[in-house]
Amino acid sequence: MSHDMSDDKLPQAHAAGEGHGEAAVADNPFADPGLPPHEPRRTDIDERAAKRAERQVSLLFIVSMLATVGFIASYVSIDADRIVYIFPLGHISALNFALGMTLGVALFCIGAGAVHWARTLMSDVELPAERHAIEADDETRADVIEQFKTGAAESGFGRRKMIRNTLIGSMALVPLSGVMLLRDLGPLPEKKLDVTGWNEATPNAPIRLVNMNTNEPMKAEDIAVGSLTFAKPGPSALRPAGLQESDEDFQEAIAKDALMLIRIQPNDIKDADSAALGFEGVLAYSKICTHVGCPISLYEQQTHHALCPCHQSTFDLSDGARVIFGPAGHPLPQLKIVTDASGYLVAPGGFEHPVGPSFWERSE
Amino acid sequence: MKKLSARRRHPLAALVVLLFALAAIGGLYAEFAPAENAQADSSAQSLAIDEGKRLFAVGCSSCHGLNGEGSSTGPSLVGVGSAAVDFQVGTGRMPAQQPGAQIPKKKNIYSQSDIDAMAAFVASLGPGPVTPTKDQYTSTETDAISKGGELFRTNCSQCHNFAGAGGALTQGKFAPSLENVDPKHIYEAMQTGPQNMPSFPDTTMPEKQKQEIVAFVRYQANEAPNPGGLSLGSLGPVTEGLFGWIFGLGVLIAIAIWVAAHTTKAKKS
Ligand code: FES
Repeated sequence: MSHDMSDDKLPQAHAAGEGHGEAAVADNPFADPGLPPHEPRRTDIDERAAKRAERQVSLLFIVSMLATVGFIASYVSIDADRIVYIFPLGHISALNFALGMTLGVALFCIGAGAVHWARTLMSDVELPAERHAIEADDETRADVIEQFKTGAAESGFGRRKMIRNTLIGSMALVPLSGVMLLRDLGPLPEKKLDVTGWNEATPNAPIRLVNMNTNEPMKAEDIAVGSLTFAKPGPSALRPAGLQESDEDFQEAIAKDALMLIRIQPNDIKDADSAALGFEGVLAYSKICTHVGCPISLYEQQTHHALCPCHQSTFDLSDGARVIFGPAGHPLPQLKIVTDASGYLVAPGGFEHPVGPSFWERSE
Repeated sequence: MKKLSARRRHPLAALVVLLFALAAIGGLYAEFAPAENAQADSSAQSLAIDEGKRLFAVGCSSCHGLNGEGSSTGPSLVGVGSAAVDFQVGTGRMPAQQPGAQIPKKKNIYSQSDIDAMAAFVASLGPGPVTPTKDQYTSTETDAISKGGELFRTNCSQCHNFAGAGGALTQGKFAPSLENVDPKHIYEAMQTGPQNMPSFPDTTMPEKQKQEIVAFVRYQANEAPNPGGLSLGSLGPVTEGLFGWIFGLGVLIAIAIWVAAHTTKAKKS
């Protein structure tokens, strides 16, 4: 900045006597050059220009007022469902567009008016302000220390031990109220993280797997190799109608119970335990990622990989849902499935491992 | 008439009558007999299969084998059905230009009748999903779009994005955008599960639900209004954020520079 400044400005500034800085010493190359001379604006010297600027500023403020009135008017009068075509935005909600435009104009005009006002009409005379240390002088400081000592002695804080100790005690206990309020985060989950809706099932009273699309139970032959089906628990003792979307706790339950059903040619399954949990190559995996619990169902039928969209954990569903990439720490839990007397796929029990993200007390 | 009756005792009269009768019966038979049609059809069918086999030998057999039995470079086509051929060739994915993580779509170079012939040949190798007819993939129900939207979000949106704009999978694979995809091809993709896409057979997703999904995807791509204005490709917070930061902040910076560059001084320097 300083070497950009043209040399001829400096002597001029001193000659005109308009600079506010200190005069430069001619033979000091690092001397403070001071401020350049103050130039007046059109509006400072021409009363008509000033009047015009004033009108422009108030016009901007008036437009802002009108826009606010327009905002209220469109809020009241435009139907929320109305769709209009506006180039180049395409089909757009008329209400959204009107509210956004009017509010935008109202705010913009206030800002533009303020900037225009400051630039044309408010004083623009440059003022140097010198900086000083903010420390108080020695005398004041000594005085304050003296007052503090006197105060301490007069309160008897050091002498009246009982008052001092009880004060410390009460101060120490007050934060406990805050700690107590943390209890509202509870109650403790107890076994809730370990069990799902499938835990209702027993070998004698198994739960049917119900297709999320059709709300019907499924047979093994319905599940083709290479297909993908989502399932939820059917009727159980606790839920005689099975898990239904109309259930009050549907979201909470499906977040743990959701299943991904796939079928792999039995000799393509690399993990014998996993094959044994399935039925003739039909495998039922939890749909909940073991990283932080996103629903995971980006299934590639040729590679048998399932990808989590949140942090790209990848599970090999032909190998017991082993984690082959990404931050997940555990394979996807697999649900054991068999068929009942009428040939429907059923679960004879819950997941062996807790579904979803890890937690401290997670059983291995 | 008189002439005709005068000759009714001519020695050849019986022969002429017999010929007329045979012609009439033959004509009637040809008109009404269903067997005749079936005969013609199946011979047309076997012609198509022969023609398909010829086209297949030229375009497909280097990877899939002369009889569609597959090789190290291409899977077996036994049992993939005519729907798979119609999808793969109709969208230009097959014949593939080169192997890779995923075969992209390109311009289709075959006529529909060539595709049908190849589909007939591949279908003759083993039973599989059949190319759908127009009324199979067109829904007439009024609530199809909203139902389809629900099914789409359950079954498809994880890969194809909530608006069908597509998305990335692992190692260079991706779920393509569904905009401007022929309804028939959407339907066939669900039937057959092309490449790494899982299939959604009628046993787990009935025909009617597939119709509803097709209706939703078409609506989403063509007419769905966008209440928020510019959709920026419906790709979600990444594009929206990028647009906000680069375009929105850029405009603000440009305005600030413009304001600062215009002096209000009486003496312009
Ligand atoms: S939640 Fe699946 S990878 Fe993070």
